[in-house]
Formats: sequence, structure tokens, C-alpha cells
Amino acid sequence: MREAITAKAVWRERGRRQLASLRFRRIAAADALLVLAGAVVLLIIACAIVPGWIAPYAPTEMLTDNILKPPSTDHLFGTDYFGRDIFSVVVHGSRDSLFIGFASVLIGGLAGGIIGAVSGYVGGIADTILMRCNDILMTIPGILLALAIAGALGPGMFNIVLAVAVASIPGYARVMRAQIISIKSRTFIAASSSMGASPMHIFWRHVLPNALSPLLVMATIGIGTSILTGSGLSFLGLGLLREVPDWGTLLSQGRGYLTVAWWMCTFPGLAITLFVLAVNIIGDRLRDDMDPKKRRVRG
Amino acid sequence: MARLLAGRVLSSALVILGSLVLVFAILYVLPGDPTDTILDPAVATPEMVANLRAQLGVDQPFHIQFIRYFEKMIQGDFGQSLVTSEPVLDKIVEHFPATIALTVASSLVSVTVGLVLGVLSAVHRNRLIDIVARIIGLFGISMPTFWSGILLIVLFSLQLGWFPAMGSNGWRTLVLPAITLGIVGAGFIVRMVRSSMLDIIDEQFIVTLRSKGLTERAIMYRHALRNALIPAVTMIGMIVGEMLAGTVVIETVFSRQGIGRIISDALMAKDLPVVQGVIFFSAIVYVAVNLLVDLSYSVIDPRVRRST
Repeated sequence: MREAITAKAVWRERGRRQLASLRFRRIAAADALLVLAGAVVLLIIACAIVPGWIAPYAPTEMLTDNILKPPSTDHLFGTDYFGRDIFSVVVHGSRDSLFIGFASVLIGGLAGGIIGAVSGYVGGIADTILMRCNDILMTIPGILLALAIAGALGPGMFNIVLAVAVASIPGYARVMRAQIISIKSRTFIAASSSMGASPMHIFWRHVLPNALSPLLVMATIGIGTSILTGSGLSFLGLGLLREVPDWGTLLSQGRGYLTVAWWMCTFPGLAITLFVLAVNIIGDRLRDDMDPKKRRVRG
Repeated sequence: MARLLAGRVLSSALVILGSLVLVFAILYVLPGDPTDTILDPAVATPEMVANLRAQLGVDQPFHIQFIRYFEKMIQGDFGQSLVTSEPVLDKIVEHFPATIALTVASSLVSVTVGLVLGVLSAVHRNRLIDIVARIIGLFGISMPTFWSGILLIVLFSLQLGWFPAMGSNGWRTLVLPAITLGIVGAGFIVRMVRSSMLDIIDEQFIVTLRSKGLTERAIMYRHALRNALIPAVTMIGMIVGEMLAGTVVIETVFSRQGIGRIISDALMAKDLPVVQGVIFFSAIVYVAVNLLVDLSYSVIDPRVRRST
């Protein structure tokens, strides 16, 4: 009788341990993915900051005896029509591409955050007017709005940033407003107010710090979206014709040589995809960690 | 129901009117003069510019310009191209069918692939199919369409020769663009359906259903799926809009004729009336689709029907 119980206990213990190791393995896999994504993001940011340390050739160097060569050990991504080393051009091009992504998120997130915060905290007529404008802005799909703005402003790096930023404002404004409204109605705000704190004090000290994190998560994912929209605009020809093309421009240049040099389009696009993918993985994780329901069971 | 319908239609009309004012205002405020498109700045005298401005009506204040534009627009006159002086509406009507075909085809791809993978992924959580679906979802939202489209061209037209790489005649030319654009929408839908299904599976009423002895299959497909569909339907309205907007890039990649092509060509030529016309037209279509989606809630979700 005793032995039977111990046997059962051993089985139960073994089962529990197996379950624990399974759960551990799953979390470890998720963490490994996160670390990998972080490494990709850091590597590409490093390319943008110090391209000269990473690229083997100058992005403008034309190796005239090496035109349209497929990828090899000398030229990792092959060479293009001008005999430029594509790997070096992609490394140098990361600067403008990332600039579009980060700058437009900064401008769009800040503007959207301010609009949403005013709308949510002040309420009343200001809220109604701002949110109606926001609804209207939302009816025009992002890239169309960005196209209209970029088209009217003309080609140029900053114009693309502005266009992508404006198109992203409504999303940020909506999230920020919802967050501010939900925090405003919590008891600790009423408590602070009843102790005589001024509305400005409550806003800066209590409401805003508690409302920021969803906006930050959204901004993280927004970096990926902005890079996609921004490089789409430069693919359509709205990027400035600079000496060192950004990834979108590079793809539109390569499109003409599709039949003879598949590598000209493949690698710049791969760079965009890898970066956006990594940013999305990080963004997903941040969002899950904020959601108390998902914090317990991940997967 | 009739009151609900009237209310929704009215508010949609107001939103469209608002977006007209907004786009008009953006293009009005931004620098750039339409006379630059027509006259060569090097040879144009100030009188020529002034005459042309008066002729186009761009010397008037904002509200007068807008009212004039609006009056013409409701009579079906979206103005004329500054480059070809062709009526904008003719251009739109001529090219719209190709864009609609692509939008519908890619929306179908998105919704079918997205729903099927999303549901399978949630039902078989953490199994192989789930992992595959999540990878597809993640790639779908991370790849630029102008890249995935080019890869499909290289593989399926240049290497295998199965489908044409360009053009807009016949269904064969539609396959690659529809897949390219459809993957994006599918990515969004997979992620959405999966997470909303998983949320619902955690809810109390599912425990109740299990404890009353319902089979897992019935719980998933009859109860969880039906509840998870509601947020997914909202998403579909958005997806159709995104597909419509995505045609701008796709039509360039696959050299298709369509309104996306018109707008990017018009942007290059600084042909603002055409840009305006196409954006207004797309906004109207987008709002109309979302109105339909809104109304379809009451069919899918009895709770909405009862509350109105």
C-alpha cells in the first residue's frame, strides 16, 4: 500500500518536472527570439551610425570591371549596374531609412500624444472637435494621405518624414485619449484632487506617467510601420535623389534590372524586412508583457 | 433598424464631407502652385501667371475655392487634369475597374487565409500549425509589398513562367498582385483572430460549456469562433481600405493600369486636381465599405441588434 502511494507520488513528481521543463523550454525559446530580434535591431542601428566601419567599400565607389556581378565572397550582395558593392550601399543606406522610421514616429507620436492627451483630459467641446477631426483623418488610408502630403511638398527626406508622421497621428491620438480617460476616472486621482492638487499637477504627476506605456508600445511597432510606409514612398520616387540611396530608392533602381540581376532588389528588401520583423517581435513582447492576462501564459 | 440605418448613413456622409474639407485644406496650405505645372517658370511672365491663376480660380480665398469645387463635384465634375486637361472623373471611371478587381481579389485572399489560419492557430495552440501561422502573420505585416511582389515576379514569372509579371488584362495577371497584397491583410487578420479567440477561450462561459459536456469541437467552432468573429469583421473593413491604398504601390510594381497608378503618376507631374479627385474617390469608397461593415454587425451579433 505504502509502496503504491510512493510510486504514484514519483510519477506525479516526474510529470510535474516534465511540465516545468516544457514551460521553461517554451519561455527560453521566446527569450532567444527576443534576444535575436534585439541583436538584429542593434546591428542595423550600428550600420546607420557608423556605416564606414562595417561596409567594405565606399557606397559611391564604382568598380567598373565588376558590373552586375552576382553575390560572391568579395561582394556579399553582388554589385549593381554602376559596379557599386550592394552590401556597402545597403549598409550606408540604412541611415536614411532608419531616420525616416525614427523621426516620423517621434513627430507623429508626440503630436498624436499631445492631441490625445488634451482631448482626453480637457474633455468637453475640445474633445468633440479634436476627435471628429481625428475620425476624419482616419477615413483616409495612411499611405494615401502620406502620398498626398509628400506629393504636394515635393520629393525630399524631411517631406517623407512629415508625410508619414502626419498619417500616423490619428492612431496615437486615439490610444492616448482612451488611456487618459480611463486613468482620470480612477480613485487615486479623485483622492489627489480632494487633497487640493491642481489639475495641472494631477496631470503631470499622476495621469501622464500612467498613460505613457501603451503609447510607447505603439510607437515601437510604429517604427516598423513608418519604415514600410516611408520606403514605399521613396520606392514610388518621392525620395530625394541622394548620392547614397535609401532602401526604398535602392529597390526601385533595382526593379529595372530584375531579369538580369535579382540580387539588386532582393537584399535591400531583405534589410527592410529583417528590421521591421525584429521591431515587430520586440513590440509584440512589450505589448504582451503589459497585458496582465497574457503575462501568466505566454504563447 | 431604419433609424439606425439613417443615422449611420448621415454620419458617414458627414465624415466624407469632413475628409473633403481636410484634404482640400492640406493641399491648399502646402506650398506649390498649380501654375508651375502648366507654365514653364523660366519663360512665364507675371501677367501670364496671374491670368492663369484667375482662370483656374486659385486666386480666390479658401472657402470660395472649396464651395466652387464642391458644387461641381456633386454634379460629377472632379475638375480637369492640369497636364492632359482630361476630366478627372473620366480618368477615374476608366481605371477604377482594374483597381476594384485587385482590391476584391486581395481582400478575398486576406480574409480566407487570415480566418482559416487564425482559427486553426488558436484551436491548436502551440502546435506546428500555430507556429507556422504565427510566422506567416509576422512576415505578412513585416514585408514591404514592393519587395514581396518583386520576389514573386522573379520566382513565378521569370523563373517558372507560370504567371505574367505585368499588365492588367485577364485573371492571370491578377494572381501575383492579389497574393502579394493579400499576404499583408492575412497577416493582420491571423494575429487578430488568434488573439481574440485565445481571449475568449479563457472566459468563464467556455468553462461552463466544457462542464456541461460539450465536445471541444463544438465549443471552438460554434461558440468561441462566433464571438471572435466580431472584432475580425471590424478589421475586414479596415483591410479593404488598406488593400485599396496598397494598390498604389502594387500597381507600380506590376505595371498595372489603375487609380493607384494614376495617383502616383499625377504626383510626379504635380497634377493636383487628379490627386485630389482620386483621394476623395477612395475616401468615399472606404467610408462606404466601413458603413457596410458597421451594419453587418447587427446581422452577426444579436446583442447589437437588440441594443439599437
